[in-house]
Amino acid sequence: MIFEFFADLLGSQILSAIIIAALPLVFIILYVLLANWLERKVSAHMQDRLGPMRVGWHGWLQPIADMIKILQKEDIVAKDADRKLFSAAPVLVFVGCYAAFAAIPFSSAFVGADLELGLLYILAVSSIVVAGILMAGWASNNKYALIGAVRSAAQIISYEIPTVFIILCIIIVSGTLNLTTLSEQQSGTFLNWYILGGDVEGWKKFALIPFMFIGFIVMYISSVAESNRTPFDLPEAESELVAGYHTEYSGMKFAMYLFAEYANMFVVSALVVAMFLGGYQSPFGYVGDLINVPWLIPIEQFFWFTVKGLFFVFVQMWLRWTLPRLRVDQLMALCWKYLIPIAFVNLLIISFLMIL
Amino acid sequence: MALKTEEMVLNMGPQHPSTHGVLRLEIELDGEIIINVKPHIGYLHRCFEKHCEAMTYPQIIPYVDRMDYLASIYNEFGYAVAVERLLDIKVPERVEYIRVIMGELQRIASHTVAIGTYGLDIGAFTPFLFLFRDREKILSLFEMTCGARLLYNYIWVGGVSHDLHPNFLRQTKEFINYFKPIITEINNLLTYNKIFIERTANVGILPLDAAINYGITGPNLRASGLKWDLRRDDPYSIYDRFDFEIPVGKGWMGTVGDCWDRYYLRILEMEQSLKILEQAIEQIPDGDITSAIPKRIKPPEGQIYARVENPRGELGYFIMSKGGLQPWRVKVKAPSFVNMSIFGDLCRGHLIADVVAILGSIDIVLGEVDR
Amino acid sequence: MKSTQEIYNLLKEKFQEKVIQHLNTLPKEEVIEVRPESINEIVEFLRDDKELHFDNLILLSGVDDANGSKNKLEDGTEEITGGTLSVYYHIESMDLRHKLVLKVSAPRENPEVESIYDVYGCANWHEREAFDMLGIIFKNHPDLTRILMPYDWEFGYPLRKDYRNPEFYQGMKVPY
Repeated sequence: MIFEFFADLLGSQILSAIIIAALPLVFIILYVLLANWLERKVSAHMQDRLGPMRVGWHGWLQPIADMIKILQKEDIVAKDADRKLFSAAPVLVFVGCYAAFAAIPFSSAFVGADLELGLLYILAVSSIVVAGILMAGWASNNKYALIGAVRSAAQIISYEIPTVFIILCIIIVSGTLNLTTLSEQQSGTFLNWYILGGDVEGWKKFALIPFMFIGFIVMYISSVAESNRTPFDLPEAESELVAGYHTEYSGMKFAMYLFAEYANMFVVSALVVAMFLGGYQSPFGYVGDLINVPWLIPIEQFFWFTVKGLFFVFVQMWLRWTLPRLRVDQLMALCWKYLIPIAFVNLLIISFLMIL
Repeated sequence: MALKTEEMVLNMGPQHPSTHGVLRLEIELDGEIIINVKPHIGYLHRCFEKHCEAMTYPQIIPYVDRMDYLASIYNEFGYAVAVERLLDIKVPERVEYIRVIMGELQRIASHTVAIGTYGLDIGAFTPFLFLFRDREKILSLFEMTCGARLLYNYIWVGGVSHDLHPNFLRQTKEFINYFKPIITEINNLLTYNKIFIERTANVGILPLDAAINYGITGPNLRASGLKWDLRRDDPYSIYDRFDFEIPVGKGWMGTVGDCWDRYYLRILEMEQSLKILEQAIEQIPDGDITSAIPKRIKPPEGQIYARVENPRGELGYFIMSKGGLQPWRVKVKAPSFVNMSIFGDLCRGHLIADVVAILGSIDIVLGEVDR
Repeated sequence: MKSTQEIYNLLKEKFQEKVIQHLNTLPKEEVIEVRPESINEIVEFLRDDKELHFDNLILLSGVDDANGSKNKLEDGTEEITGGTLSVYYHIESMDLRHKLVLKVSAPRENPEVESIYDVYGCANWHEREAFDMLGIIFKNHPDLTRILMPYDWEFGYPLRKDYRNPEFYQGMKVPY
């Protein structure tokens, strides 16, 4: 594991821990730059435009230019805002997303903290985001921000319920909350992924497939809702609430929200991937096995995990630039009237199947 | 124990992404539910009517452009019709056809903006850019004819400023053939989208009796179910020669007169405009375009009210002359101004998100509301 | 479908001296002039009568007649005293297809006209505009405030013929 590797290399566990903690940050920064560029390009090509073209080849340096610009921006705090909370809120939101990265297994060798309760941990720390958003909305002393924050809190908390139900399904089938173990259980080919029934033996595997598929869809919808993306981007609905809870933010504090949003997109995608789509496992087997180079395997796993995660990030973008936005009561109706009952019945059926 | 709650006043605008200009809405909220909306207008007031009293009749035309800047040609059209009726001018056949072609192209251009920005209000960004791309093609046709893309000063009293470009009719035909599939595409992308229907059907229902009482005109009135189109019911120019239908709201997805009806009616109207365009291009005669333009416009003492069917509704000019070179009084019946006046009643009891949906569906242009 | 003359006769019979005259000498539009304090009952009758059924108010426009005595001020501008301000009502029947123009005139010094907002909803904003631009006071209007001009504009009514721009508005120079 990577922690032991660095500890041996440097001779100090503290230094090693710091490096391990910094690695996801590097990943987040690189990923956010890429995702930001990707979002512009995806939206542009969907809308018959070219998107950024000037800075670098097809504008690939545009996010970096934007970062430089945003660093130079004046940090404005409104006069009547609660200064302390106002400054703390973006940090808290970002910390929520960043902490979730600790338990994400990028490959068998690279997982920040191999927690036994990894799934629950991610759910728990990503709830800190709600507190950050509410703080931002309240501290801005702005009505749009307040409405956005309250909407956001209601939305994220509601959509956690179907997520938890689906996670329970996976726990029942796999018997573990550990994300690495979960990924290991899905090794081999894509036939062993939990969306195709996992490594369950016999007819049960085939009986599980439709319910796993429903679970996957429900999980993905609620995870899109949790990361406040269109069609569920009511907290920051620009046609109603200007920019929602981050209306008053500018400069680097605004960039924190941007980082958090993109990081969160990856976290929810990673969770879906780890639970249903084999985690870091390759769908076909490894080149490292084929040519007998064992150290190549973790790198390949990292590649597969990132590709799968980015694919679902791309799907989120795709949805964003295609669909209109729901209204707040319809959003709640979708969660409480459809997703939660479906997820619950799904849970009952899967439990029943597993008892048989 | 009951929680103590209080109402909140939310100021939407004057600077806000979806007020379609500079409009301030004072919204009284109970949670997210609207108790009352008070629109405050006048941020774009440019003293149009006062200006008119100090200018000669032809000088007013460029000012007319700037009222409803999304349908400038039609504003000029209405003004020209009014002054011509006051002067008893009969304009040449070719001019009438050019005006109808331009007017219908402008109607399509205006409706594309209305539909596109409506999608934007609901949260769908992509249809907006698709439709703006197509509007550009219409603007290029205008540019080819008179050199301007937004404010044309094209239709003059008694004629038009330039004859059509030799390529104009061919390119317009190409545009018509290009645009027909686009309407289907927009229908697939936005109109029949489940979320879009959820957001707009049964929202902001405008009953017919209220619509008539409030003087609502244009697509908003027709969406409430009355077959009333000035092109048919009070014909001006040569609209009585063309064969077209007047779509009315039928409550396709919900109730008659809801936001979806108002939205969809604009799409149907674009189809009818294409139909009129096809006929006009077939029939347009050759001829002179400047012969009826008067050298000096000095109407006798009297008054006239003339009206045309603007993309937004009934655009009327009340011109009062005391025999001078300048009009004594020009009063505009601006469809957006009148349509806006019912907005507060429509919003009551809805959610904040619906304010945007309703405002977009009545399709106002603040330049015309404030004049 | 009824002509203006027929409607005038009908109105004259019903409302007697509240209907003043039928103006049909000028070209293009015939106008029926009525008394400003009874415009709302006349309009209500016109709307509710089965034969007439004027259900739509097309336009309500205020006009400064500027027919008072004009006296030049020192700075070259004119001031008008006396005379009248008028309001024109264009109404139509959408199913019977006839139109009518009504006119009321009120003295310039005290231009009071009865509001018709409870007959036609859209008169609400039109009347506010006429008040804003010409200072015509519509009695019984629910919310007679400025609509296009700023709420705190205290320099008169811009569409009056003797209106003069102020030098400064809230510290901003007005004539540019």
